[in-house]
Amino acid sequence: MTSEAANTAAGGSTATGTGADTIVDVGTRGVGADVGRPDGVPKVQGRFAFSSDLWADDFLWGHTLRSPHASALIRGVDIGPAVAMAGVYAVLLADDVPGCPTYGLEHGDQPALADGQVRYVGEPVALVAADHPDIARRAAEAIVVDYEVTEPLTDAEAAPTAAPIHPDGNVFREITIRHGDLDVTGEVTVEGVYEVGMQDQAFMGPESGMALPDEDGSVELFVSTQWLHVDREQIAACLGIDEEKVRLTLAGVGGAFGAREDLSLQVHLCLLALHTGKPVKMVYSRDESFLGHVHRHPAKMWYRHHADRTGRLVKVEARIVLDGGAYASTSSAVIANASCFAAGPYKVPAAHITGLAARTNNPPCGAMRGFGAVQTCFGHESQMDKLAAALNMDPVELRLLNAIGPGDRLVTGQLITGTFPTAEVIRQCAYAPEAEIPLSDDRRDLPGGSGRTTDAADTVRGTGFAVGFKNLMFSEGYDDYSSAACRVSDGVATITCACAEVGQGFVTLAQQIARTELGVDEVILAPAQTATIGSAGSSSASRQTWMSGGAVQAACREVRAQILADVAAEWGVSPDGLVLRDGLVVSLDGQQEALLAQVTAGAGYEADVEYHHAPTEALDENGQGNAHVSFACAAHRATVDVDPDLGLVRVRDITTAQDVGRILNPTQAVGQIEGGIAQGLGLALMEEIVLDDGLVRNASFTDYVIPTTLDMPDVTIAAFVEEPEPGAPYGAKGIGEPPTISSSAAIAAAVRAATGQDLPRIPIRPADIALG
Amino acid sequence: MSDVVVARSLDEARGALAEHPDATVLAGGTDLMVEINRGLRRPSHVVGVAQVPELRDWSIADDQVIVGGGVTYTEMMTTPLADAAPALAQAARTVGSPPIRNAGTLGGNLGTASPAGDTLPVLAALNAQIVVVGPDGERRMALDEFVVGVKRTSLRPGELIVRAEMDRPTGRQEFLKIGPRNAMVISMAGLALVADHDARAVRCALGAVAAGIPRARDAEAWVSERIDWDNGAGVDDSVADEFGQRVAAASSPIDDHRSTAAYRRHAIAVLATRALKRAFAQGDPSDA
Repeated sequence: MTSEAANTAAGGSTATGTGADTIVDVGTRGVGADVGRPDGVPKVQGRFAFSSDLWADDFLWGHTLRSPHASALIRGVDIGPAVAMAGVYAVLLADDVPGCPTYGLEHGDQPALADGQVRYVGEPVALVAADHPDIARRAAEAIVVDYEVTEPLTDAEAAPTAAPIHPDGNVFREITIRHGDLDVTGEVTVEGVYEVGMQDQAFMGPESGMALPDEDGSVELFVSTQWLHVDREQIAACLGIDEEKVRLTLAGVGGAFGAREDLSLQVHLCLLALHTGKPVKMVYSRDESFLGHVHRHPAKMWYRHHADRTGRLVKVEARIVLDGGAYASTSSAVIANASCFAAGPYKVPAAHITGLAARTNNPPCGAMRGFGAVQTCFGHESQMDKLAAALNMDPVELRLLNAIGPGDRLVTGQLITGTFPTAEVIRQCAYAPEAEIPLSDDRRDLPGGSGRTTDAADTVRGTGFAVGFKNLMFSEGYDDYSSAACRVSDGVATITCACAEVGQGFVTLAQQIARTELGVDEVILAPAQTATIGSAGSSSASRQTWMSGGAVQAACREVRAQILADVAAEWGVSPDGLVLRDGLVVSLDGQQEALLAQVTAGAGYEADVEYHHAPTEALDENGQGNAHVSFACAAHRATVDVDPDLGLVRVRDITTAQDVGRILNPTQAVGQIEGGIAQGLGLALMEEIVLDDGLVRNASFTDYVIPTTLDMPDVTIAAFVEEPEPGAPYGAKGIGEPPTISSSAAIAAAVRAATGQDLPRIPIRPADIALG
Repeated sequence: MSDVVVARSLDEARGALAEHPDATVLAGGTDLMVEINRGLRRPSHVVGVAQVPELRDWSIADDQVIVGGGVTYTEMMTTPLADAAPALAQAARTVGSPPIRNAGTLGGNLGTASPAGDTLPVLAALNAQIVVVGPDGERRMALDEFVVGVKRTSLRPGELIVRAEMDRPTGRQEFLKIGPRNAMVISMAGLALVADHDARAVRCALGAVAAGIPRARDAEAWVSERIDWDNGAGVDDSVADEFGQRVAAASSPIDDHRSTAAYRRHAIAVLATRALKRAFAQGDPSDA
């Protein structure tokens, strides 16, 4: 397949991904090289400015008053006591939102400030600006809100038939996939019900930012986010001003993982700044952060797999229910992903899959690394193990027998035309040599760790395997693009792109791409801003290496063509005979060369491009259609020691293989894989937002626990499976999400193997094993 | 804003507390600052005691270990204190991360008096006397007299925790704790067990499974009669199992967001059985 990517909007020129035929310069600083992050040293030295470090003269601190109730009517609000406090500059309510009262990524159903009703614990009700953060907090506490508490709706399965808790109703989306002959049945069937708890992204840098008002009624916002331009669109609508009057700059981001896709404090900061005429800063506390962003959807999943006696899948039936919480966020896209990938990376001739994302009075759920595929991977991989047991077959052999690949079709009917090396990924991971992991004499290396609960004799060992996949980029007909500009002057390249660096390493990659394409060494990255460049799209969906990487590559190539054309004209040769290399313009025949710095002295060679991926289609009423651009898969093999009497688990090794297309920076690839596995381990064993009638019981790092170094095992990367993806810049696939998709399922499988228990729910809690 | 006095001696601390008997005492701040940062407490007066040298004292005698209220978890984990009170070291090792253990103190753990305070079961099992000073001079209390409820102590206004004086028995000591991950956790259930060969007694106390820090006195008495003190033989499995059940009967756990009452009771039985077997196992003890 060659790339069909190509069309353009205003101002930019057309760019096309050129794919695997590209000559890649694996030099010491270019694409493919192990180049260090430009922000790496400042970050480890504590010199990197995060969004919480912003400062301005004479600025105010903002604070948000949030609902303590999951469901209540607001009968009245008395801001008098807050306004009367010395040092308070503004107290704002829903009526003070001048433009559109609501916002949302896909459906604008979420109030910027609650108006007459609150629908989840933590919903913003009022804003305060004061000259000291404690005064702002105390003033917010002094606001008297008269709530009439109502019974919360907290059961997603009951939501569709319950009384609507929002004018838009209680169903965000229902989706049905009907594929193949639904009347067929298998000789062997297995059935199961599985549950996934509500995981949090648990980034380290809480929501923070600063808004600065301008005299002309415009506002400048420095904020940590995943997508500057879509923030601007929503902010401008709520403020009721033109988008040009809202200028965003990316401030230092301390992790994202999906939690910064939705707005949090953006509108609030701008409202307070425009109202007071002063810069306003907000930094959420850790507790507030847990209430201030969306979480991963909790899931309940019913599955029935049909196979013939040889193990070949005949049909998959599934019903998936996601609790979307109080507002839409990205629920409609998450349930589409969960449904589209519900059968796993397998050839499934027939499938009947229904998905529901419902509204409840639980905290809103939206994007998190893996985006729907994580939940269903736990379902389909649990089912594959169950099927293997029913067939008395090796679980890896069963997966290999059914592995999907190029030329096969997904349950959505989509033909796989790109690379999709599922079988190779399975083989590389499952058949990698198993490291000798002796049981330690040190109790800290056993289940229970520093708590000294467990001796080696108290443990049983198990190994589990899982494979998962998801789409890269946005789907279902969304015209997804990224913009980038390149300028070369005096031999130095400057790249401008609004891609949000959230830790994934785009800043490194942009420099590597510019070096490879332009033969330069020094590459300056301009700030990521809305005012200087078009949208880069979201830093999510494993898409920025492809999309913004593609935009940077295209912009550099256009500048290269301009330079070579000028030099060729001067030298009276064809530009085809010239290359940029090592800071030189060189003719391939070796006859002529010139310093790039001289060629571009004082010149302004520049290009501004918009890069689009191949178009996709919406799903039809049967959930059929070419809805996705590309896919990536990964496999994980987990080895665990379990103390069955206490229900404690110690993960000893995770071995993985991943479909990466092509590795552009080995260290960054390893970082994504190790970090993604840590998040998967957290979901398997410990990470869960605990709810009680809509009330969050553990909004802190004391009680929302994430893995420590004592919990993370060694990660063995058995293989990067490098099959360059046609149409992708340099053949590279996004690699951020697959490590999180199947690692949880592999760990759960390993605990099952050790204990012989069903364990249909993650996270697996000690009581689930000990009392199960 | 709080009025803060930084005391540099025990007398200064006593003086400051005499002047403001309702003052909050600040040592490592690992509990207090969390509450202040969350707006849960706004003390009008604070007396900082981290720089009071008398509180940093500790001493080891043949039959007793004395640990000042200002001794940090890190110090408790370090030789020679760790060798003299091994269970205290084991408990200290489970508290937070290294920075927390460098700041947090024994006195702070006592003053917070959380049922999940990790050193508290150890102090109870080691028959510790808690020594406090106040306007009326010095008072001494056993742990179950000092901790009287969830985060409630019998400290009177103006009183300061000075030290804990605990037994140094000849037998082994065990502290075991369960949390939702392998380090840096609030206890879901914890247990300290001490074998006192001179007194021919097993002592066992529980954390995070009751409003206070219960001693399993019935189970202690029952098992102490079934230990072969003279010959040092190990404990029969059946005795260890029944001991576990009897210890669990001394717990009165609750369901909360960290775990369930049923799991906590079950876990205490398992921990008690294991701790007893370890305390009377043949060969060298493992302090890992």
